[in-house]
Amino acid sequence: MANDVWVYIEHRDGQVTPTSFELLGIGKTLADSLGSNVCGFVIGEGVDAIAKEAGSYGATKVYAVDAGVFKGFRADAYSKAAAFMLDKYKPEIALFRSTSQGMDVAAASAAQLGFGLCSDTIGLAIDGGKLKMTRAAFGGSYMVSVVNEKAVPQIATVRPKAFAMPAQDASKSAEVLKESFVIDEASLNTKVLEFIKSAVAVNLVEADIIVSGGRGLGSADGFTLLKDLAEVIGGGVGASRAAVDSGWMTVEQQVGQTGKTVKPKIYIACGISGAIQHLAGMRTSDCIVAINKDPDAPIFKAATFGIVGDYKEVVPKLIEKFKGKLGK
Amino acid sequence: MKIVACIKQVPDTEAEVKWDIPGGTLKRDAMDSVTNPFDEFALEEALLTRENNDGDIIAISMGPEKAMDVLRNSLALTVNEVHLCSDAAFAGSDTFATATVLAAAIKKIGDVDVVFCGKQSTDGNTGVVGAVLASILGFSQLTFVSKIRSIDAAGKKIVVERAIEGGNEVVEAKLPAVLSVIKGINEPRLPNLMGIRKASKMEIPQWSAADLGVDAGKVGKAGSSTRVVELTVPPPRGAGEILKGEIEDIANMLTDKLIDMKVIK
Repeated sequence: MANDVWVYIEHRDGQVTPTSFELLGIGKTLADSLGSNVCGFVIGEGVDAIAKEAGSYGATKVYAVDAGVFKGFRADAYSKAAAFMLDKYKPEIALFRSTSQGMDVAAASAAQLGFGLCSDTIGLAIDGGKLKMTRAAFGGSYMVSVVNEKAVPQIATVRPKAFAMPAQDASKSAEVLKESFVIDEASLNTKVLEFIKSAVAVNLVEADIIVSGGRGLGSADGFTLLKDLAEVIGGGVGASRAAVDSGWMTVEQQVGQTGKTVKPKIYIACGISGAIQHLAGMRTSDCIVAINKDPDAPIFKAATFGIVGDYKEVVPKLIEKFKGKLGK
Repeated sequence: MKIVACIKQVPDTEAEVKWDIPGGTLKRDAMDSVTNPFDEFALEEALLTRENNDGDIIAISMGPEKAMDVLRNSLALTVNEVHLCSDAAFAGSDTFATATVLAAAIKKIGDVDVVFCGKQSTDGNTGVVGAVLASILGFSQLTFVSKIRSIDAAGKKIVVERAIEGGNEVVEAKLPAVLSVIKGINEPRLPNLMGIRKASKMEIPQWSAADLGVDAGKVGKAGSSTRVVELTVPPPRGAGEILKGEIEDIANMLTDKLIDMKVIK
């Protein structure tokens, strides 16, 4: 139906995680407001199992482009297939996650359809029949709401974890509609040669718990303690810009304006002063714990719980207590 | 090689943000501004590419006259040519309209092999202009680029690493290509005094909508399908509780509170 809400189902070489289906939850809420249905759309090779799983997360229909040329993700191939489907069925809304793949496909397919899009939204609602898309600007100092008046579909990318995961119900299934769309390999611009797995175990954007360190750690060695704490409580390790620029941690682990935007349930900031650039990347964490020697550090103004003290004394104590209480 | 670097002027992160309310656009003229931090990596990568492959760098920007400052900074870093795309008709451009103007400038420059953009701007934070630009131009779209492995200018090929979730993807692409680069790809250099002096005297050529041959109805506010309808300042995060006492007690208290959240397993 023309006023359906479509959710792009992301996978890598056929592999999905539950987060691939995250947006089917908000998609259903929006579809209910419009009196329409939430549908999935997926591009790949051999995607039947993925389409089936999308049904269990609430998709009523799944539109699929399924051919060998789409085996691995490539921005040009996938965005052409996405633009084809969006143009053919003209859903009211199309949602993508703000991941590297989601952003690539959303931006390029919107451009092929000749419209703008709204990226990295954290709030979505139907207002006067149109999608009101709310996003942070200036690293979260401002919230800007945008409508896309002329576009069909209205395309938004959505920040991971902005909306709750939908419940899975294995008894539910979706109708799968396969589209016959192929692209000649010769017309494509890119070829993936290899994938080098990162040594960093936890993707901070998806992490529920992050232990982060800054300039106040004094040296790269300080992160050893933080890694120990992260391991005990099952979290990832992040860093402020100062710690990354000092070469103590990799750019991949930087949280803040020029790093990642994260939204864990627990964010433990050790030796981080709390500059506006850092807050931009973590201010929407559910619970922020700040450990800093300086009682005037701005991080305490954003912290749920603050401890004025030396991380070298506080963190080992926390590790000891957690180990005892968690039976580790 | 012909190398283009797309540079944006953004308000200084520390500066007071001034909005045109209710228009929902920035009063860019009234604010302290800097080169978008991610574009410094784009510019540096353009300079490195020129060093390794020869060629010319053309830095372009879209913005008000004030944006000349960031192009002057590019000149101080020895780019060969700059152009400011500036026209009242460009004001209020969304990502698609912005990319439309930049694409017209790149077509006007002609025979471009590689375009560098920063991953995103620190003001709008949209992070899609590079991808949209590639799509409009029909160039290879290479986002989140963390390393250039090789460029074969004659064979029209480039191999890059893209830092995506879980690792680095090595991609070979046809040239021309638009690369949006991330922090960590390089260490941006600073201009030297001689460069700054030289640049201070140079004229910054401007391109209007007419010069670029873009239809004024397709850019700016008129050409943008997205419109800002509301602007709010989120309530400040209330300062929480400072845990006081002996370290033993504090650690006990905090670990209890965190375990009670049922997140830690």
